[in-house]
Amino acid sequence: MQVSVDRDRCCSSGMCVMNAPAVFDQDDRDSLVMLRQAVVQPEQFEDVRLAAELCPSGAITVTEDGAAGTGA
Amino acid sequence: MTTTPTAQAVPLPAPHSSGCPFAPPPAYTEAAATGPMTRADLPDGSSCWLATGYAEVRTVLSDRRFSADVRHPAFPLLVPGSRETLVTDNPSFLRLDDPEHARQRRMVTGDFLVKRVAALRPDIQRIVDEALDRMTEGRTEADLVTEFALPVPSLVICLLLGVPYEDRDRFQFLSRTLLSRESTMEQLKAARDEVLEYLRTLAARKREQPEDDILSRLAVRDDLTLDEIASTGVLLLIAGHETTANMISLSTALLLEQPEQIARLADPAALPGAVEELLRLLTIVHTGLPRVALEDVELGGVTVRAGEGVIAMVSTANRDEEVFGGPDRRPTDELDLERDARRHMAFGFGVHQCLGQPLARAELQIALETLFRRLPGLRLAVTQGEREFRTESFIYGMRSLPVTW
Repeated sequence: MQVSVDRDRCCSSGMCVMNAPAVFDQDDRDSLVMLRQAVVQPEQFEDVRLAAELCPSGAITVTEDGAAGTGA
Repeated sequence: MTTTPTAQAVPLPAPHSSGCPFAPPPAYTEAAATGPMTRADLPDGSSCWLATGYAEVRTVLSDRRFSADVRHPAFPLLVPGSRETLVTDNPSFLRLDDPEHARQRRMVTGDFLVKRVAALRPDIQRIVDEALDRMTEGRTEADLVTEFALPVPSLVICLLLGVPYEDRDRFQFLSRTLLSRESTMEQLKAARDEVLEYLRTLAARKREQPEDDILSRLAVRDDLTLDEIASTGVLLLIAGHETTANMISLSTALLLEQPEQIARLADPAALPGAVEELLRLLTIVHTGLPRVALEDVELGGVTVRAGEGVIAMVSTANRDEEVFGGPDRRPTDELDLERDARRHMAFGFGVHQCLGQPLARAELQIALETLFRRLPGLRLAVTQGEREFRTESFIYGMRSLPVTW
């Protein structure tokens, strides 16, 4: 799985931090979304999918990849 | 050609039922049962769409073809004649589109970061404990609304904004006037003018002597006028006060009807999920969230034409069985604290989604856990029929909740 964030779309709701706190953070300088880690672990897939689904501004994109999560 | 649905137009705002006081007006749930999009009649005689399905509400609130700009001539108004007041008074960013909305919203998001709210938890706990101390000292009965549910979020938002303690009673009164459907246009305008003038003066003072609060952080910027700061202050004050207060009182009243579910609040792992379920079921914005279509949009089997208003009914969307139901769960019009309610839209959806939601969650979790832990014998001091609900307000809630312990 690959996850990317679009800071221009972010509205700082904090939903991603609530749903997947290990993966997402909010930037202290501008409150916008930041990724904590470049690679998502398999046990985090479900949280990350929910974070993307519930991001109110559509700022999170998840790309499913059969081999994802094994590269770390 | 415009699609004509067979269901009858729903009058807005629809009255509440005399039955379950925690349910949205029956006209909305009945409309939802006929399909996800229904015609509705506004108080000024014009008509608009009512979006009641989960997917449709999600689209209306997040698709940028739907505008939140109150200055649009076709923007649907639930109070007839309120356009002039709303438009001439420098609309808050809640009623503006991007990029202007994003510019103003981003000036305050830093104070509502998940980690900043986490750091505020000890302050919130102290405010909650002190409110309970005052409520219970030398007494065995009190009105939970005025003694607990209203003061807690009021003190929290005043702390964040930097409103001096001595001004807080006046603020609470003005906030209620601004949100009540019973207020006349003159009362609304007078209350709004007074709050704006107060905040302009306070912001000017903080521009000279900044402190550690939101108004100071806004005041020291050179790209914001005092009018814009005051307008943002009013939005935060109203948004952060009545909403959380009514969630506290409604949640308490509902839990007292179902005491077998209260134990879940004492489990720290279950408490956040329990609060999400309360938010889902109670969804206090019973009047819905207004938008206007900027282009023709195909939605839920109808064509919403450019220039038509839509009211996004989050309360019915949050009762969608397909999203929130399940074989092991109670029906979605009932409380089930074990439900996965995380997909609810009680805070709205899209770029206008409540920016104070981490704060609201922290307040609700702390207030409800502390209330039922410290007062395990909490019960109604009146009959269920004597509880008073606020059916006249944009934010649904309770007028009073006499309790004993």
